[in-house]
Amino acid sequence: MIAKLLATLKKVWVVLRKPSVHYSLGFLTLGGFIAGVIFWGGFNTALSVSNTEAFCISCHEMENNVYQEMQSTIHFTNRSGVRATCPDCHVPHNWTDKIARKMQASKEVWGKVFGTINTPEKFEAKRRELAEHEWARLKANDSLECRNCHNFDYMDFTRQSPRAAAMHSTSLASGEKTCIDCHKGIAHHLPDMQGVEGW
Amino acid sequence: MKTLLGISAVALVSVLLSSSFSVSAEPIPADKIATLREAPLNVEPTPPAMQKVINSDVKEVRNYPMQPPVIPHKIDGYQVNLKVNKCMSCHDRSRTGDSQAPMVSVTHYMDRENNFLATLSPRRYFCTQCHVPQLDAKLLVPNDFVDMDTLIKADINKEAKH
Repeated sequence: MIAKLLATLKKVWVVLRKPSVHYSLGFLTLGGFIAGVIFWGGFNTALSVSNTEAFCISCHEMENNVYQEMQSTIHFTNRSGVRATCPDCHVPHNWTDKIARKMQASKEVWGKVFGTINTPEKFEAKRRELAEHEWARLKANDSLECRNCHNFDYMDFTRQSPRAAAMHSTSLASGEKTCIDCHKGIAHHLPDMQGVEGW
Repeated sequence: MKTLLGISAVALVSVLLSSSFSVSAEPIPADKIATLREAPLNVEPTPPAMQKVINSDVKEVRNYPMQPPVIPHKIDGYQVNLKVNKCMSCHDRSRTGDSQAPMVSVTHYMDRENNFLATLSPRRYFCTQCHVPQLDAKLLVPNDFVDMDTLIKADINKEAKH
């Protein structure tokens, strides 16, 4: 069996090593270039399509639970009409980090296929675990997705309430705390917080 | 009998004083007394602009000692349900060190027989049943509430005159 496979691989290798007999060099390079453009373009298009809210809430698990919860929060509707969509907070914007997150998301495809959270009851039962994943991710990257919009360097403490200014100018400024340490449950409902630090 | 007399005396004094000590505000004209809705029933009037919640973080003086203190900050989106109590993430005894928020009164850790409990009493769990934020709005109706200190002071002055 393995010998057979090796033989096939060897045949492929021999063909690959031989110079082309039928096609010109120009055709091969140009064809390779065009195929590359199509592949890369297609990959990026698929990536950006999978990075839209419409794609996220095409699954009822997302639309009926987390998307509904988000609609009453300030990240969905507010006086100036600036809003965050799912990937703004849940997918890193950097290319490498984004690809890493997308690879992790293959587990979410698994969950979708096998209906891990396909009823409200199952979702509620898993809420704490899912929330903890997100808290851990944001804690590890120093709340990167928050900071894509909320840049600490441009925060005006005088425009914040005394309470907010006191916290931001001490714990956040010193790097001892990061956004997610205090701002949990700002866009979705919280799970049972028994035993979570700071609750 | 003595106490009854005392009570009626206090009541009399407060009735007499309420007229002289009432907070002066524009009285409501007679044609507006029945309703504050100034539009026919079949017309949906434009609602007034939403008022801002006072977010000063400065304690407000209570009007009487047992008044539940009002909340001097915004509580938009605070989740208080079976799973979480957002208020208690700052006002719980164990959290006040980090948050520097006032601890909920010790009565909140007592059951109805005054036995102390380790955690918040279930009957005190839903904060906004008693505690509410305040709006930066002008009064629609004059408030003639008289503070008890004012009543006592007036009483003392009256005694001194006799």
